[in-house]
Amino acid sequence: MSMLNNVLAKPEVEGRKLSIVEALREALREEMRRDERVILIGEDIGIKGGFGGAFTVTLGLSDEFGSERVIDTPISEAGFTGIAVGAALGGLRPVADVQYADFLFLAMDQLANHAAKMRYMSGGKLRVPMVMRAPVGATTRGSQHAQSLESYFFHVPGLKIACPSNPYDAKGLLKTAIRMDDPVLFFEHKLLYGSKGSRKESGGLEVFGVVPEEEYLLPFGGAKVVRQGGDVTIVANLLMVHKAALAAKTLSAQGIEAEVIDVRTLVPFDWKTVFGSVERTGRLVIVHEDTLTGGWGAEVAARVADSCIGYLQGPIRRVTAPDTPVPFAPVMENFFVPSVERIVATVKELCQG
Amino acid sequence: MTSSLLTKERLLGMYRKMLLCRMFEDRVNSLFLQGRMPGTIHQAQGQEASAVGVCEALSPGDMLTSTHRPHEHAVARGIPVKALMAELFAKSTGCCHGKGGSMHMGDAELGMLPAIAIVGGGIPLATGYALSFKYLKKPNIAACFFGDGAVNEGIFHETVNMAAIWDLPVVFICENNKYGASTPIDSVMKVKTVSARASAYGIPGRTIDGNDVVSVYEAVSEAGERARSGQGPALLELETYRFAGHSRSDPGHYRSKQEVAEWKTKDPISRFETRYLAEGFLTREIIDRCRASVEQELNDAVEFAESSPSPLPEECLADVYAE
Repeated sequence: MSMLNNVLAKPEVEGRKLSIVEALREALREEMRRDERVILIGEDIGIKGGFGGAFTVTLGLSDEFGSERVIDTPISEAGFTGIAVGAALGGLRPVADVQYADFLFLAMDQLANHAAKMRYMSGGKLRVPMVMRAPVGATTRGSQHAQSLESYFFHVPGLKIACPSNPYDAKGLLKTAIRMDDPVLFFEHKLLYGSKGSRKESGGLEVFGVVPEEEYLLPFGGAKVVRQGGDVTIVANLLMVHKAALAAKTLSAQGIEAEVIDVRTLVPFDWKTVFGSVERTGRLVIVHEDTLTGGWGAEVAARVADSCIGYLQGPIRRVTAPDTPVPFAPVMENFFVPSVERIVATVKELCQG
Repeated sequence: MTSSLLTKERLLGMYRKMLLCRMFEDRVNSLFLQGRMPGTIHQAQGQEASAVGVCEALSPGDMLTSTHRPHEHAVARGIPVKALMAELFAKSTGCCHGKGGSMHMGDAELGMLPAIAIVGGGIPLATGYALSFKYLKKPNIAACFFGDGAVNEGIFHETVNMAAIWDLPVVFICENNKYGASTPIDSVMKVKTVSARASAYGIPGRTIDGNDVVSVYEAVSEAGERARSGQGPALLELETYRFAGHSRSDPGHYRSKQEVAEWKTKDPISRFETRYLAEGFLTREIIDRCRASVEQELNDAVEFAESSPSPLPEECLADVYAE
């Protein structure tokens, strides 16, 4: 894993470096200072002497903003998610927080039936400006604290989805999400949080990135070409962006130049960047930690087949987790999570096969 | 004790609203049977005292949430019946521009969110609204209608608990009409009353004659004032009965004729008439005048709805996102 560290962190510019946790916390703090309607709601997020959320993102914010704005809830995911939807309808901008994305299933009705549909059912009269933050990723916690759930929500019209891979994107996208008038699912990868907090993840990446002191926003719907290359396009999100970038380095040494695209947001999706890249490279590999069947990669494959079929020089490949629950044993978990080696092998087979 | 709080004018207004609710439902029923409107409908004939008593106790800025049986709530809240009828006719002039229909009618600008047709789903929305009222220091409350079926949903427990611990300005109003679809409430609840559950959350709970509009009004006013003054939520159980089946396709074979007949003697509208005819301020002439004006209002609404344009098919694609 250490090889993975900072593959992407050859900063184009010098400047202050933050972890994703710090970047997210700074985004929350700035938006809370800027707009009194922004509140945080979730479990263990503001308790004095507590954790600042499961992964320390909200640590210290209750000191500055008080328990009126950093609202600790009972263990009631459906309840506080629904309350966040209602508060958003009532004019606040709640940022809710589940400790693990797996718990979103408890709040599925509130997200899929209410947050996503209130605007539509009202004939466009209502807005639901809320954010639901959710940590994803397999980290030797077994099956129920590990899933990558982006695809479940990718399927729900009315929700927007962000999945940042680095501190700069995390901050810019979260600030945009908070100001957005639509409900946003904001997925964060546990292994990307950075190890500066008190609850360091073993096996986590030291993903520090330059985050400017001055304010910036990052729009949704803009994918980022992380690395340019002419032989194959690799589309990935979250942790897989880092693995894809490392795979691209290995591949380059073997004469294959991969273009790596970080989707950054799944809804809206930057089809233009992906199509443009595939039209140049003629090959596509999609990498996600979510399981294979019905994953967001399937949609990308379908759209690319639909729009770029004439440019494709080979089949569209997906490198994903297999269709199983997430296992506990590290040897099995390492098998489950897409590896750099699997990405390299898949690309080589595609380009040379 | 009751009438002293309400002027005769106000009482007459409530009476006319109950008539409007009932006659709206009856008109919708016949239009539906004639095949003039699409979809399905869940009707509330018999529950007028609940709808009107609750809404009468609300201020314009308060927010009401409703259920899959929302017609009378929407009428009582004061959403123009033209807009409601047009919504049922799936017209673009409907209160949700044809995107809501029977089970989602409402207009937040007029104090009622689009109704929520997931049982119990409105409970956290009302509570979240109450959180926003408290946070924004508005003098308003949220009032949350749900049926007896909803009190066995997990979301009821989670949300009422949070409203209680945070003293949120919300009044939880259970319309106990004794059946969740065909299931009798006493077969799915061990305690005798829904209101008994309030003690589990440390909030006041009361069971009220939900077919007496004045009792309902007074109970909701009292709970509402308590909530407005920062003392937190209450759980009110309004005992009532729907004369119709659960939905249009339900003939109601699970209820005895005797039970239905007994409840019909407690019809909130005839009870009101009997009582206030006896007290003398309501007269046959007033009743006839009210009925005639409601009839006219409904005629106008139906004409408006039927002559309104349908939405364009491709409007299906709009209003998914705000930006």
